[in-house]
Amino acid sequence: MTLTGERLTCVRGDRLVFRDVDFAARAGRALVLTGPNGAGKSTLLRLVATLLQPRSGRLLWQGSPVSDDPDSYRAAIGYLGHLDAVKPTLTVAENLGFWAQGDQAAIAAALDAFALADKAPLPARFLSAGQKRRLALARLTVKRAPVWLLDEPTTALDRRSTALFAAAVSDHLARGGLALIATHVDLGLDEVDRLEMGA
Amino acid sequence: MNRFVALVRRDLALGLRQNGTMVATLTFFVLAVALFPLGVGPEPGILSRIAPGVVWVAALLATTVSLDRLFQADYEDGSLELLLLEPLPLELTVLAKCLAQWLLTGLPLTVLSPLLGVLMQLHPDGLGVLTLAMAAGTPALSLIGAIGAALTVGVRRGGVLLSLLVLPLMIPVLIFGVAAVDAATQGLGARPHLLLLGGMSVGALALAPLAAAAGLRLAVE
Repeated sequence: MTLTGERLTCVRGDRLVFRDVDFAARAGRALVLTGPNGAGKSTLLRLVATLLQPRSGRLLWQGSPVSDDPDSYRAAIGYLGHLDAVKPTLTVAENLGFWAQGDQAAIAAALDAFALADKAPLPARFLSAGQKRRLALARLTVKRAPVWLLDEPTTALDRRSTALFAAAVSDHLARGGLALIATHVDLGLDEVDRLEMGA
Repeated sequence: MNRFVALVRRDLALGLRQNGTMVATLTFFVLAVALFPLGVGPEPGILSRIAPGVVWVAALLATTVSLDRLFQADYEDGSLELLLLEPLPLELTVLAKCLAQWLLTGLPLTVLSPLLGVLMQLHPDGLGVLTLAMAAGTPALSLIGAIGAALTVGVRRGGVLLSLLVLPLMIPVLIFGVAAVDAATQGLGARPHLLLLGGMSVGALALAPLAAAAGLRLAVE
């Protein structure tokens, strides 16, 4: 399983965000994006998630261009952006239920993995910022996507929750998944490649 | 198909729990119509003459008021990006959201319209046709409105802009909606008008999701 970017260039409005970025992500390994604020880490992740189109360059999934079969590629990715996509009026379990397509076992497992099981019947508006972030991470795991695209996943997480998250990523990698993670936190992962993006 | 149904159910659950929007829309509809007897005076001839137009204009405005949150909430909390990555085509996502929106506003407006017809002293022959015309025409209002809602999704305080965009497009629905009721109260057949209204809804059903989906893709970029 491979996901590669070749000479990706992104222009937003009239501004060049990055030019000729190459990366290769492989099964069982995490690719950590680092670089100063404004270096284009979020933009690269949005581009890899097909939410943005590159000005030039190619994105290859399993060796063939993503643009040939975008639907099967999209089915394979789980994206976590800056926003948590949590609906305050739905309960924690209902929030997950929509994305888990009603798979109760997956919902229960995800709630357990992020220590939210006791919050399941609560409306999500009662959650703290960190708990909402954990719910967003739980949503990522219920999709069982082989590719994770994570933008600052540990925002608002305390130390214990960060450890829960690191465990979830390790588990994902151990099952043969791959992950692109923009983060400044050392997650203590073993199988890590780095991509340094300039400002 | 499952995802379509799941999305409709999610939007219905969201709409019913934050039922402030729905209640406000229906209250707006009733109040706007109820102001006319107070403003125009209780003279039966005038009220029953203008009744169909008043009810329809109020329905147009009420629909527009309810539309600005159609995609806005999902856009602001990041759900829209995730919906774009779903296997369900974005056009069907739009359609599911329109269906939920219609069930929460268009359908109650239709149910309320004969009562408001009575309030406006509409001729009894027109009440049934008014309800039918609303049932045939309000889906077109929701679908046309979705185009405007998609185009204004990234705009702060886009409500006014939304009205400017969609109200002109809703004029044909208004004209034939009123014509249907007028025809019925004058003893003529309302059937051609009702068929035209239904045709507009079917046309909007085919075209509006395409336009709205294109608007949403632009907004997320």
